[in-house]
Amino acid sequence: MTTTLPAPGAALKVARRRSLKPTLVIGLVLLLVLLLAAIFPRLFTPYSPTDFDYTAILKGPTLKHPFGTDNFGRDVFSRVIHGTRIDLQIAVFTTLFPFIFGTLLGALTAFRGRWADAVVGRIADLVVVFPFLVLVIAIVAVLGPGLNNMYIAVSAVGWVSYWRLTRGEVLSQKKAEYAQAAQVLGYSPARVLLRHLLPNAVTPAIVYLMTDMSLGILLGASLGYLGLGAQPPTPEWGVMVADGKNFMVTAWWISTFPGLALTLAGVTFSLIGDGLADALRPRS
Amino acid sequence: MHSSYVIRRLLQIIPLFLAVMVLIFVLVHLIPGDPVSAQLGDRATPDIVARANRELGLDKPLPVQFALFVNQTLHGNLGESINLKVPVMRLVAERLPVTLFLTTYAAVLGVLMAVPLAVLAAVRRNTWVDGLIRGAFQFGLSLPVFYVALQLLSLLGARLGWFPIGGYGEGFGGHLYALFLPALALGLNLAAILLRTLRSSVIEVLSAEYVEFARAKGLRTRVIMTRHVLRNAMIGTVTLLGLNIGALIGGAVITETVFAIPGVGRLMVDAIFGRDYPVVQGLTLVFAMLVSLVFLATDLLHARLDPRAEVA
Amino acid sequence: MMVMGTTQTTMTSPSSPLLSVRDLNVRIPTPGGELHAVRGVSFDVAPGEVLGLVGESGSGKSVTLRALLGLHRAPIKMSGEVHYGGANLLSMPDRALRSVRGGQISMIFQEPMTALNPVLSVGEQITENLREHRNLKGKAAQDRAAELLDLTGIPSPRARLADYPHQFSGGMRQRAMIAIALASEPKLLLADEPTTALDVTIQDQILRLLLKLVGELHMSVILVTHDLGVVAQTCDRVAVMYGGRLMETAGVGELFARPKHAYTHGLLGSLPGSGSHSSNHRRPLTPIPGGPPDLRALPQGCTFAPRCTYATGECRFSEPPLVEVAPGHASACLHHDRLSVLEVSV
Repeated sequence: MTTTLPAPGAALKVARRRSLKPTLVIGLVLLLVLLLAAIFPRLFTPYSPTDFDYTAILKGPTLKHPFGTDNFGRDVFSRVIHGTRIDLQIAVFTTLFPFIFGTLLGALTAFRGRWADAVVGRIADLVVVFPFLVLVIAIVAVLGPGLNNMYIAVSAVGWVSYWRLTRGEVLSQKKAEYAQAAQVLGYSPARVLLRHLLPNAVTPAIVYLMTDMSLGILLGASLGYLGLGAQPPTPEWGVMVADGKNFMVTAWWISTFPGLALTLAGVTFSLIGDGLADALRPRS
Repeated sequence: MHSSYVIRRLLQIIPLFLAVMVLIFVLVHLIPGDPVSAQLGDRATPDIVARANRELGLDKPLPVQFALFVNQTLHGNLGESINLKVPVMRLVAERLPVTLFLTTYAAVLGVLMAVPLAVLAAVRRNTWVDGLIRGAFQFGLSLPVFYVALQLLSLLGARLGWFPIGGYGEGFGGHLYALFLPALALGLNLAAILLRTLRSSVIEVLSAEYVEFARAKGLRTRVIMTRHVLRNAMIGTVTLLGLNIGALIGGAVITETVFAIPGVGRLMVDAIFGRDYPVVQGLTLVFAMLVSLVFLATDLLHARLDPRAEVA
Repeated sequence: MMVMGTTQTTMTSPSSPLLSVRDLNVRIPTPGGELHAVRGVSFDVAPGEVLGLVGESGSGKSVTLRALLGLHRAPIKMSGEVHYGGANLLSMPDRALRSVRGGQISMIFQEPMTALNPVLSVGEQITENLREHRNLKGKAAQDRAAELLDLTGIPSPRARLADYPHQFSGGMRQRAMIAIALASEPKLLLADEPTTALDVTIQDQILRLLLKLVGELHMSVILVTHDLGVVAQTCDRVAVMYGGRLMETAGVGELFARPKHAYTHGLLGSLPGSGSHSSNHRRPLTPIPGGPPDLRALPQGCTFAPRCTYATGECRFSEPPLVEVAPGHASACLHHDRLSVLEVSV
């Protein structure tokens, strides 16, 4: 009996082309896990993240306390899970305003440039000579420690990257034929900008948003560690690493697990960013 | 390199420094309420506050205060630390070398890690070696500096006792030894930042036709790699390194705090908690000037390394 | 001509050849399947001879040229033999191969802007050759480098040694590349479309320069081009490539006067000015209707058959071998004697 078989490579090739990049899939799955932990922390945790238990102080990882307990007898696992909500909130609030403001400003200055473009450009030049972390902690120093002040500080600085990206993109899109055609057709400038230029130019900013969320979490945790971000006893991962820093030799788990959670969250967003960059990049 | 280019580039620094001073001045005057009473807390009686304000020149109109600030700064006077009772400039002079040592050390370690691995990943691109290197560094990019520093400190410092758990050490060798772990933590972070861009630039250079021409000339692989490939890839590295000086300084602030290193980064954090505003102000200014000088040096070095840059 | 024997008939030059290529194959793996870019190519180059390797883009001529020096890197696979000086370059140890590369056989590329390293001065790029192959260093190397630039017609050569490639004009850059390639006084020069990237007037100057240097230095040249005008002007012998194979080889006059392959015939027929004397030879090939074959999925039989007006069922049955059809004239065409006579003046 003879049946014609398709060439072995053919089916595979089609399947591969249709499927998403593995980086994006892994990133999205991890994000789902993080979101579940952030929205329904109590599903996973038997203990309160803040209640002291003086009968179980500095206990190593056991079945009862998979990540051990800290010097107040708090369950580290529960604290890590509850920390997800705060650190994801940090990821969003350190990037949302810079993304919106920077992108719109970039589109506007590139579209109706002249002096506005020059002025914003000088301000951007000025902002970038301050090391990001130094400027943020200097602003936090002025406003006082805490999450809200940290968001203000990061927003004051973080828009520059989005402004640059979007400005560059709009400038090159402006030269594209469809934009010129839209102008020739007599569409209002606002319509050309909002309906034609911005949607096409915003892609790099969206990709960068993911990377920036990863950086935002790391920055928020760094400030938390230094004592300038979230304040104890908030179960923020950076704060938790700082809580355990004096117990690194005797009770390594207090700092180690929150740090791993932090890394996991960072990897999640950078994988999504990479995957999006691959998926959204025009085929060459 | 044309000297006119150097001069033009140097002149551009002046308005930038002025703008930096404006920004810092504005920032400091945004402090809600009265800085002096905030500082003194319970001890603030109206008398004391008024006297302190007068001493600091805070009773004068803002433009006058700014002029005074600029004048002082130009004379190398960054004010006096409220808590330590010494001129901020002296603190900077004492502690900046420590931070410069740490950041340079970290940059060297970072480049020593990133360049060979980037070349390896580029030469073996799309193999498991490449995948492993890229995966490891993607992971490394998500590792916070303070966390890596803390883990290195507890493992190689406290547990195994191979390295000191803090301090600066004595003499050049002592500094190298004492700062190894912090520089490694910072260098790993820098290497992770550099790797991806370096890898793609080495790939680009490797597939350039001048490398093919060099092979057709019968040159040895070592000569091709050092003379033709690395020399071109170095141009990108220098620029990338310069652009990341801010991240390096931010990382230094964190590692100095973790390792209790007496540099300006730790001084900054201490000053913030001690509400020592003159120190915060002075250090912010120093950091900004440092970054703009590094940007300048990068530009000049780039022009030296890349003959094409001269024309532009 | 239906002999299915295994003997490869190749062009043999009267004297013993300088370079002798036998059954050269190059396979390039691609995501869409393996690309068999060069398929069983064999030819000889005599001392002092200028051999033209012509074909459309994608015919495998540049890939062949690079394979002669073993320049292809993994995962590209090369097989066959390239005999030079009594040894096979493709099975030579790296060290020995390097002394041939650039030392005995030099290569120049199409686009000097990209083939010259932008961050090394022209002088450095010449002297690194002299150091490697002539053991010249320092002052002696500098002097020789200036001589070479002078030889290729670059004015005030000593001053220009310190210049970088971007400071040269297009024609000057190509002259500099020739100077670099000639630094080691090679016996054979491989030239990959050396004039394609240049203006027409500069093209002529560079070709004349090459011919002059060939005479002065007693070199052989393999000149890869898609320009039949260039071939007519410079070459002694021509090898026509199509679909990774040699289709026809002959002396240049013979080939233009009596093409023995339907493909060559088509090329010459489409050449502007065929049938009458043309003052301008320098025209690219006007393509014959249809496109070059997909080297990943070659048709059975002659690769040119799908585009050929002479093709018969026989042509589609198996690929015709390259056989001698007249003294010094080989063709891989079953219908070489059916081709109508062209009147192409060269």
